[in-house]
Amino acid sequence: MTGESEVFFAKALLIRSFEKELLRRYGLGQFKGTVHTCIGQEACAVGVMAGIDLSKDVVFSAHRAHGHMIAYGCPLDKLAAEVMGKPSGLCSGAGGTQHLHWKNFYTNGIQGGMAPSALGAALAEKLNNSGAIVTIFIGDGTMGQGTVYEAFNISSTLRLPILFVLENNHIAQTTPTNETHASSFCQRAAGFGIDSRSIDGNAPETVAQTVGELAKQIRISNQPAFLELDTTRLGPHSKGDDTRSRQELEEIAKRDPIPRLEKLLPEDQVSQIQESVRTQIESAFEQLN
Amino acid sequence: MSRPPTYLEGLQRALHSHFENEPKAVILGEDIVDPYGGAFKVTKGLSSSFPDRVFSMPICESSITGMGIGLALRGFKPVVELMFGDFSTLAADQLVNHAAKFPAMYGQGVSLPLVVRTPMGGGRGYGPTHSQSLEKMFLGIPNLSVVSPSLAHDTEKVLTNALNREEPTLFIESKTLYPLPIYKGNKEVSIESLAHKDGYPIAIARNYSPDQKPDLLIIAYGGASLPVLETLEHYKEEEIHCIAAFPANLSSPPLEELATLGALARRIVIADEGHETFSWYSELSHSLQQILFGQLEAPIQHASATCELIPSNFEQETEVILSKAKIEAAATKALEW
Repeated sequence: MTGESEVFFAKALLIRSFEKELLRRYGLGQFKGTVHTCIGQEACAVGVMAGIDLSKDVVFSAHRAHGHMIAYGCPLDKLAAEVMGKPSGLCSGAGGTQHLHWKNFYTNGIQGGMAPSALGAALAEKLNNSGAIVTIFIGDGTMGQGTVYEAFNISSTLRLPILFVLENNHIAQTTPTNETHASSFCQRAAGFGIDSRSIDGNAPETVAQTVGELAKQIRISNQPAFLELDTTRLGPHSKGDDTRSRQELEEIAKRDPIPRLEKLLPEDQVSQIQESVRTQIESAFEQLN
Repeated sequence: MSRPPTYLEGLQRALHSHFENEPKAVILGEDIVDPYGGAFKVTKGLSSSFPDRVFSMPICESSITGMGIGLALRGFKPVVELMFGDFSTLAADQLVNHAAKFPAMYGQGVSLPLVVRTPMGGGRGYGPTHSQSLEKMFLGIPNLSVVSPSLAHDTEKVLTNALNREEPTLFIESKTLYPLPIYKGNKEVSIESLAHKDGYPIAIARNYSPDQKPDLLIIAYGGASLPVLETLEHYKEEEIHCIAAFPANLSSPPLEELATLGALARRIVIADEGHETFSWYSELSHSLQQILFGQLEAPIQHASATCELIPSNFEQETEVILSKAKIEAAATKALEW
């Protein structure tokens, strides 16, 4: 059991440290534009990527995708350079924080806009008989977009191999989700005949196991599935736009996945991992100093 | 002598050849499978010949277009049909923020071979939301090609070129031209095809013999070619020497070729079916004035739909949309300047 926790802790800490370094450099004025971090949601990325086949599956995400890309295996230096808008970045600096592509991974900055592309990619894999599935990350804010429901309907009707992963951090930029959404997200997907589940997104072991099961099921049945991950956005939407009270932030910080994972491991192992992460981050950003 | 294919038949042939030659060809749209074969029959027969690659979709233009994008990203050669061009507004986000963005934005040689076909234009009494020519909304978007064949084009060749270019393309068809035979010329008007480096030929129509000089150049595309060709036939009787140029590539029109013809005629009318103001004609007019300043006898004139809702009532619709009368009024202004 330690082995798995060790990997999850190392990856989650790598994502956290990477994004903190980005925020630090943003604060120093080293790059412009915006940066959307997933601080507090790292376990979702790490768990989902552990449950799919990274050698062939296709992944779509949106504006908050650094964690997904790192867990997918994207080179840190290229990702750092891209977010900082450098020509040496993944997309030659054209993409920045929210327009990323590496191997079978694609992101874009339009909420819900990638759902149709993900359907098309799923149809492509089905027609190719590749056995690959498509995973698309969406957020609770995205659930206001019509394309998401078009995607539920089409994936169910055409029997497409697609996993919808909803990271529900309960807030869309500054608007609490319960102020703009009236019903259970899981029930919505289920209404389209999709196998829908809701679990704790801050427990990577559970996420990995559930995604593994769902991925297997999708590969066999060519039927979509929907997984809601209950998670926590501990940081702002982008940089300084968090309007939540300190009390509220302290409350959700209790669910921070990283201290929880840390407690599962012996101290010396934790130190070892922390040291390794430090080295990786230094080396990733070295070219950008 | 066999009759020339219709505008519609040329498009049907292009799709059939695409599917025969390209195993990765797929098509998605509403009501496109047989026996119906699409609202305007462009996909007629396709699902019978290629049942596994023709997808009848629910009514959701955004997702249909976006699925084409996903398929293209993953190695397929998709075609998307939007039943009416008016519905392209529902696909606008996918066209503008996705299809047109990915190849340049991802910066790693990502190609997006997607052709989104849709019919535009009025004249059939379909009313305000089924008669518009909205293609101008998609002009000037970087990396999105907008293409439309005229009645004087070989529509099969134009669509085949769009499919072969492997870039995001909005392909505008004309509802009024679908049933008409491709215009091959007659005793009044001759037709020739001028090749262009992008593979989209410029169709040229002329109502005088090649050793004579033109009095007037009319530039138009797509459905507007029909009233322009009628104007040329009429002007033959009036002995007004008129040359018409129909480019197929609207988003990147062949300016050099058009300017050469414009310099020859020294009087220019541009006709398009869109609502007047902020239009294809206004941009083209601006570009041509840059090249031809000082060489023209009159300011470039235009003819188009008036900037009003297109009513269902036939007489009222005729008043609003582009017509031969409007083209001739603009031509008279240019000729009498």
